[in-house]
Amino acid sequence: MTRMLLSGNEAVAQAALDSGVNLGAGYPGTPSTEILEHFSAIGGAAQWSPNEKVALEVGIGAAFGGAKALVTMKHVGLNVAADPLFTVAYTGVSGSLVIISADDPGMASSQNEQDNRNYAKAAGVPMLEPSDSQQAYDYLALALQLSHQWQIPIILRVTTRICHSKGIVNTADTKLSPSECNFQRDIPGRVMVPAYARPAHRRLREKLNKIAQWNEETEINEIIPGGKELGIITSGISYVHAREAAPEASFLKLSMTYPLPLNKIRQFADSVQRCVVIDEGDPYLVDAIRAAGICVEGKADLYRFGELNVERVKRILANDTTAEPAPPKGKPPQLCQGCPHRHVFEVLSAKKCIVAGDIGCYTLGVLPPFEAMDTCVCMGASISVGLGLRHTLPEDQARRVVSVIGDSTFVHSGITGIVDMVYNRPKTGHVVLILDNSTTAMTGLQEHPGTGRLLNHEPAYQLDFAAMLTAMGVDNVHVLDAGKESDNFEQILTDSLACDQTTVIIARRPCILAAKKIREYQTKQENAC
Amino acid sequence: MSDQVTNIVVAGLGGQGVLKASDIIAEVAFAAGLDVKKAEVHGMSQRGGSVTSDVRFGQGVLSPMVPAGQADYLVVLDETQVENNKAVLKPEGELLTIALINPSNLKNKRTINVAMLGALSKRFDIDEKLWTDTIKANLPQRLHEVNMEAFALGRQVG
Ligand SMILES: Cc1ncc(C[n+]2csc(CCOP(=O)(O)OP(=O)(O)O)c2C)c(N)n1
Ligand code: SF4
Repeated sequence: MTRMLLSGNEAVAQAALDSGVNLGAGYPGTPSTEILEHFSAIGGAAQWSPNEKVALEVGIGAAFGGAKALVTMKHVGLNVAADPLFTVAYTGVSGSLVIISADDPGMASSQNEQDNRNYAKAAGVPMLEPSDSQQAYDYLALALQLSHQWQIPIILRVTTRICHSKGIVNTADTKLSPSECNFQRDIPGRVMVPAYARPAHRRLREKLNKIAQWNEETEINEIIPGGKELGIITSGISYVHAREAAPEASFLKLSMTYPLPLNKIRQFADSVQRCVVIDEGDPYLVDAIRAAGICVEGKADLYRFGELNVERVKRILANDTTAEPAPPKGKPPQLCQGCPHRHVFEVLSAKKCIVAGDIGCYTLGVLPPFEAMDTCVCMGASISVGLGLRHTLPEDQARRVVSVIGDSTFVHSGITGIVDMVYNRPKTGHVVLILDNSTTAMTGLQEHPGTGRLLNHEPAYQLDFAAMLTAMGVDNVHVLDAGKESDNFEQILTDSLACDQTTVIIARRPCILAAKKIREYQTKQENAC
Repeated sequence: MSDQVTNIVVAGLGGQGVLKASDIIAEVAFAAGLDVKKAEVHGMSQRGGSVTSDVRFGQGVLSPMVPAGQADYLVVLDETQVENNKAVLKPEGELLTIALINPSNLKNKRTINVAMLGALSKRFDIDEKLWTDTIKANLPQRLHEVNMEAFALGRQVG
């Protein structure tokens, strides 16, 4: 046993290594990103996939072949990966498949605060929720084991405060090796045509019934006896807040929150005079518990917004619905001085473009002095939302519509938008700007297929955007440095907006924070040759 | 339990070494054999926005976040970040700002975070060597000397 000080993300990575995970795949996204980075740094096999759907499918393939697979993403990533999720629940796996969903209640760095506990129920996938780094370590190992035992994928749901908080972890004494993989043909189990999927759905529900039984007995759903006046049922990070807010209360800490141990919950609720359910985010637990006819209290609606903390739990317990003190106002982030995105937004702002934007550092182009972004919904939406605007706006407005997307985002989910642009061509054509800063800057400078380097910064095949776009049938493809060639950039933009053609301008210049690191990787590479 | 837990909040702007400072505090407490938790909000700190980090150590730390009005020490690396963070202090809590340090005594301005750790370290009964060893372990060799000087300066004025 080794005593370590680890963030939740590092703890997950350490557990993956100690449990012999064969392959980790994911797409960066705060607060999940450091899991695969750390797993790779300590010797695990990890890769960035172009997006979360691809990452999950790679994980499914690996687990079909008997591997222990780990797939990581932020909460909104699971929307992208939802299609394989719902059906791998039917097929199950031979090895192990654990999906990390890193939720961001309070939106420290996200476009929404969806509560992915709902996905576990909707897809029929068991879910574990750790409350600190030690449990992040323990439950990843447990999830791999349960996944193999029940032949089912498992979601390990973490939140920003689990991922990015450090705490003490005592690691396991026994370290497991990666699995020996071997393909076993199982056509009815793996090929989800309706005739095979119908029984597969029944098998899934049978498995879930058995897992619910197991969950009634397991010690991971811990009862902490205290006073009889107040009992608290909770999970995840809310558990530690609540223990601190109400040290005198009795607790039922739920660790597997789908499928729920409803008998255990009923007994606990019956054993106390007042039973309150503390849910961060959606009323997930309280709704399920009440639907089972168990009498418990929940929280007032105002606590659905944002993350919980000790003070908010105290207020919930006191039924206090008065206005909360405003959180401290910090200095908002801005594009770095010298950021290559700045030049582009100066021009878009001056030209009064209607900017269909996307997600990345460049979303900060919405702030003064630029205020040069009009929409931002989800990754990849810039191109397709821009097309929708082009198709329907009056011509004078349609001609001002520009889609702006980062390089990592373009690979993630922008390419299909380009296919739509050349296929369902707007009458006025369209203009797409790819802001290629040679990195995924927003989430902390990760590689992607367009950088020509792997997750560990070793060289890889570099996706050639310009050649690909030309081959896809885009009329005009330009590559330039919008800062160094600002006149040229403005001229090309003006001309492209005026004509009825489809144009993609790749504005290429490395992020200033990435540039130094890229030089280091290159020198290292040259020295190695 | 709150009597047995020391609560520290470090605040500043992205790039000033807030997270490095809080990591070092947490590692010192860890090395001293205490229970410790550390939380941070660093959404997009590389672009100069506010950054804060909470460290709690002692016996049996529960929530990783320091509740409002519960901090024993607030260490601020940028004067603009005092106002928005001071509500976190206990009435008897102590505010430590960079006003403590005379910048002309610092060889390298970027060591201000470590100088502040020097001042903070005086408040605890933890072996000075644990602090200096942990600081060194967190920095490349070439920065050791200048940071040791900054730490010593902080201990003097703190
Ligand atoms: C589905 C989904 N996955 C991941 C994220 C997290 N995320 C936001 S923007 C982004 C990529 C940013 O990279 P890029 O497009 O190259 O722009 P940059 O930040 O470099 O300017 C990521 C990974 C997200 N918001 N949604
Ligand atoms: S991190 Fe890079 S891309 Fe992001 S704002 Fe700074 S320079 Fe621009």
